[in-house]
Amino acid sequence: MSQVPEDLKYTRNHEWVRVEADGSVTVGITEHAQESLGDLVFVEPPEVGTQLQAEEACAVVESVKAASDVYAPISGEVTQGNEALADNPETVNTDPYGDGWIMRIQPADTSEIDGLLDAAAYQALVADEG
Amino acid sequence: MPQRTPLYDQHVGAGARVVDFAGWEMPLHYGSQLAEHQAVRSDVGLFDVSHMAVTDLSGPGARALLRQQLANDVAKLDERPGQALYSCLLNERGGVVDDLIVYFRGGDAYRIVSNAATREKVRPRLLDEARQAGVTAEARDDLAMIAVQGPRAAAVLEQLFGDQAAAALACKPFQAADLGEIFAGRTGYTGEDGFELIVPADQAGPLWDRLTAAGAQPCGLGARDSLRLEAGLNLNGHEMDEATTPLEAALGWTVAWEPEDRDFVGRAALTAQRSQGVAWRLIGLVVEGRAPAREGYVVRTDAGDGVITSGAHSPTLGGPIALARVPADAEGEFRVVIRNREAAARRVKPPFVRHGKVCV
Repeated sequence: MSQVPEDLKYTRNHEWVRVEADGSVTVGITEHAQESLGDLVFVEPPEVGTQLQAEEACAVVESVKAASDVYAPISGEVTQGNEALADNPETVNTDPYGDGWIMRIQPADTSEIDGLLDAAAYQALVADEG
Repeated sequence: MPQRTPLYDQHVGAGARVVDFAGWEMPLHYGSQLAEHQAVRSDVGLFDVSHMAVTDLSGPGARALLRQQLANDVAKLDERPGQALYSCLLNERGGVVDDLIVYFRGGDAYRIVSNAATREKVRPRLLDEARQAGVTAEARDDLAMIAVQGPRAAAVLEQLFGDQAAAALACKPFQAADLGEIFAGRTGYTGEDGFELIVPADQAGPLWDRLTAAGAQPCGLGARDSLRLEAGLNLNGHEMDEATTPLEAALGWTVAWEPEDRDFVGRAALTAQRSQGVAWRLIGLVVEGRAPAREGYVVRTDAGDGVITSGAHSPTLGGPIALARVPADAEGEFRVVIRNREAAARRVKPPFVRHGKVCV
């Protein structure tokens, strides 16, 4: 069973969301997602300033196998993309919940965060997918 | 119900991610495709290729049958037992039904190794043609096949088999020899030195275990694909298919035009295409940036659009490489459409990588 930290929120598309002290949120893909994708070779975070709608495709992660979209977990403005992934995309494999983060978003509506899955619900989702 | 090779338990035991490939449950990778790729480039890796089809032909008519069926000419193997030949098997339109390796086993005996994905087409055709020609043909599904690939492949065989391996180790590329009960060909699909070992199915597991104990890294289909792409080798169903001729797939060198009176299947169509001019050609591309340029992506050229037939991240080059089918007279800039933008690409002559070295 892959790791699902208790203190994060999750989406059905296998993104994780962490609320930071300044009210922004950090977004990445889950351990389960990186495992399914295999070795990552390219990550393209959204440009800073992009206005995102929840569930909009906003970043691309490509593994040796295939290209996959990353979806905005919530609406808001992109405040930062993880530039370090340009040279070291494999960080998403090795540290998906840490240095492998993909983007930071300033939420448009914090109540959207409450609508995301908690760790238990996400774990159940992954178990269902087998 | 998908089929399993005799090595299925080895794959599961080693933690493989198993996927369906042409109706076979095969390992995609055992944890990291990149690590497996690197093992073959710098050390030694193992592949289960038992899903490929081994067919033995023998009898006085075998040579004539193969000269009529294959686009390359098995007469090149005369007097050279153990020699192998790469050839396409064509349809009457000159399209590629399969690409295969035929080994001459001496006397009037030949061994053909053809692709898994085309097994249901190629096998019946060979068996049927053989029956009509009075040639003995045997589908050798009692055999398994393991590819040992990488700069340390020969050392591993020597370590495991000692003097018994002498004949196999003396083989040049595209030659085969017996290694005890093993039929060992110095062939492969990676651009590295290596051997393909054909063994009785019940010996495959123990042999695999001995090879891994000697340090060979099990490798899945993922690494097999990225290695063959770096080596500039075609994959049937991607670079060629039944609507693509060898001349459109950079395989013109495998067509034996001489002697002119050898009337192989597809010859008339190929001859007509050659005289009219070939509209498409297969080229290698090194693509700028980091985003992989994948199969199906459009390639813009000064002579019209082409398409990527295989594309991936090259672990050795550290960026995207591709094979692409483009208009034959495209000469200027090549640009690959990757999602919403275009990336410049440099046309190169494959292989991209050979014997661990970048060559483009």
